[in-house]
Amino acid sequence: MTHDTGRTAPTARRGPGPGPGPGSGTAPGPSPGRPLPTATASPFPSSSRRRPRRRPARGLDGGRAPWIYLAPALVVLGGLLVYPVYQLGLISLLEYTQAQVSGGEPTSFQGLGNYAALLRDPQFRQVLLATVVFAAACVVTTLAVGCALAVLLTRIRALPRLVLMLAALGAWATPAVTGSTVWVFLFDPDSGPVNRMLGLGDFSWTYGRYSAFALVLFEVVWCSFPFVMVTVYAGIRAVPAEVLEAAALDGASQWRTWRSVTAPILRPVLLVVTIQSVIWDFKVFTQIYVMTNGGGIAGQNLVLNVYAYQTAFASSQYSLGAAIGVVMLLILLAITLVHLRIVRRQGEEL
Amino acid sequence: MKLPARLVAPVAAALVLVAAACAPQTSDNGAEGDDRTGTLRVWLFQEVDNRPKEQVVDAAVTAFEKRHPGADVQVEYIPVDTRAQRVKAAFNDPASAPDVIEYGNTDTAGYVEDGGLADVSAEFAAWPDARDTDPAARASVTVDGKVYGAPLFVGVRALYYRTDVFQELGLRPPRTQTELIATAKRIRAAKPGLYGIAVGGAYTYGALPFLWAHGGELATPGGGSYTSAVDGAAARRGIAAYTSLFGDDNCPAAKCASMGGNATVTAFASGRAAMAIGGDFSHAAVEAGAAKGRYAVVPLPGVTEGSIAPAFAGGNNVGVLRSSSHRTLAVDLMKSLAGKDTQRRLFDAMGFLPTYTDVRAEAARKQPFVKPFIDTLAAGARFVPASPAWGRIDASLVLPTMFQEIVSGRKDVATASRDAAQKMDAAFASAAG
Repeated sequence: MTHDTGRTAPTARRGPGPGPGPGSGTAPGPSPGRPLPTATASPFPSSSRRRPRRRPARGLDGGRAPWIYLAPALVVLGGLLVYPVYQLGLISLLEYTQAQVSGGEPTSFQGLGNYAALLRDPQFRQVLLATVVFAAACVVTTLAVGCALAVLLTRIRALPRLVLMLAALGAWATPAVTGSTVWVFLFDPDSGPVNRMLGLGDFSWTYGRYSAFALVLFEVVWCSFPFVMVTVYAGIRAVPAEVLEAAALDGASQWRTWRSVTAPILRPVLLVVTIQSVIWDFKVFTQIYVMTNGGGIAGQNLVLNVYAYQTAFASSQYSLGAAIGVVMLLILLAITLVHLRIVRRQGEEL
Repeated sequence: MKLPARLVAPVAAALVLVAAACAPQTSDNGAEGDDRTGTLRVWLFQEVDNRPKEQVVDAAVTAFEKRHPGADVQVEYIPVDTRAQRVKAAFNDPASAPDVIEYGNTDTAGYVEDGGLADVSAEFAAWPDARDTDPAARASVTVDGKVYGAPLFVGVRALYYRTDVFQELGLRPPRTQTELIATAKRIRAAKPGLYGIAVGGAYTYGALPFLWAHGGELATPGGGSYTSAVDGAAARRGIAAYTSLFGDDNCPAAKCASMGGNATVTAFASGRAAMAIGGDFSHAAVEAGAAKGRYAVVPLPGVTEGSIAPAFAGGNNVGVLRSSSHRTLAVDLMKSLAGKDTQRRLFDAMGFLPTYTDVRAEAARKQPFVKPFIDTLAAGARFVPASPAWGRIDASLVLPTMFQEIVSGRKDVATASRDAAQKMDAAFASAAG
């Protein structure tokens, strides 16, 4: 935290740009020895000063330069994002099963028929509801656990902090399939240590709908809280010490300091981890697939992604699977946009 | 917005590409010719211990190449787990597809629907070996009266039981299904640490013999398609018999509802169950477990004294791809791989049950262990509906869902079987339409 001195003003002024985020929180401050000629090195006045000076130069270029610079990114985005999404949307409007793929039957245009079939399917509606509720529970729990542990990290000594960090990174680095298998084993009714320790006898976690969802929720939280924790911790460490000091001098309580100083500065970080978590948890697949054996007893633990997989690949109804994919995409887009709007209204800019 | 000149070309090229790729891919699977020389590619399944299988196949291939100078056979062993993707990819890209494949017999109708397998009815009818093919195996290569391959082996399930437990409790192997259920519950009452018989809510092929033994059917053919019959009165009696085995007095639903075939066999092999429904192919797993040397196998009993419950005739077939450009050679290779000679050697090497009745009788004399399985087949094994819809019904877990709904108490037999029948009918209808 040696470089924090110069950052006070820009943080407050420039708002949440990528600067004070997790990665660059501590290292690339305005260290005097660095040969950076531009914004990063100079304090805040430069950013407002340079803008008017550059504008005419840009005008002379006729808008060419930005396009050239953007071209590689556009090509990659177009090839890897737009085109697949376009294909997904197209397939969702056709009748496209294995028979059509391998040329056994002609492909036919169905309009919105696949979507209508989905909406008529009571199982789809039920799976959709379960997915939304389950993802919401996962996001809330993950954020709560991650933030709490991040705050804890700032309060403890170096050695326990290192231990907690390593434990979290271990959970983070564990592949989802491995983690899920180990959790199933830990909670096994016959030989699992958890039941033995809790004295639950041969209680089967995967039998009841809610206990099965709870078991999967534990695993999802376990493997996704480290990201939240590390990011929020980095965010907290990037909060300028003198701001906190000033708050302390003004006699602010801990809670007041968090609410009026730390939280507003952390908001962009929290925004990123929330959206990330929403997207991850809404798309959860491996944990459900492995831990509940592909959707639980009589399909009670199906979530959209597993359901789409069963529909699209196991039963080769690619067009119906594509329609589910489009619905998921729209829901995630909507959630993200609404979230962004709420945050904007609160005075932050991305 | 003006695009710079140097950008126009690549962007235009990209747009052309997008336009060209506008429709999702569809491939043409028709064969181009019938070459009498060249390379024949074969995909066979990779077994857990594949060496003996390779040796048998190599011998058959060498003999084939000797008969057909100029033909070069390349055999590739593909993992069973990813076979679905591999075979679909082969149908989608005929250029890199093999000429001959081994496939699971429940996939037959689906592959035919996909347009992937060649109709070999004429060659099959003229083939002397095929006269001894047993009816269930023949049904497993037949769709709408046409033959799409040759059966390679059958797999069938029977009742494994623990001889030491039965002796200690003074029990005899059950001779009817009622007796089976009563025996299972007596064992559980006497030895609460054991499942009387390990059953699984996701073990479709262990449950079907109960349904069939009571006179039920999965579906009845008619009008070029099928109609589900799992909600018929006889089928419901069978479903009720099977699901009555889930409970604290035999196999608690909390543990057994989610089990599939492998889990029940594992429970038996590890000594946690006194009985289980296992296949001839489960032999090695049981031999490797705690039950080794303390078990025997009898056919799964039917409803009446001394009868055998119809078993599901699983197994694999060998077929020729429609896209093969060496049709005559490929059909001949198929006959070599699935012929009596190769099946005889495969049984010796791998324990695969032959699909020919006469070869099977020889096998039973050589290896007494397989006798109950062969008796089961002789009593009449059954097959799933030869409809492309079966693949989808299987993949969307219609029957496991039905059994699990019943054993978890969510629905009664009548409601669950009616719902399952509706889902099956929807699949049959969309496959026919």
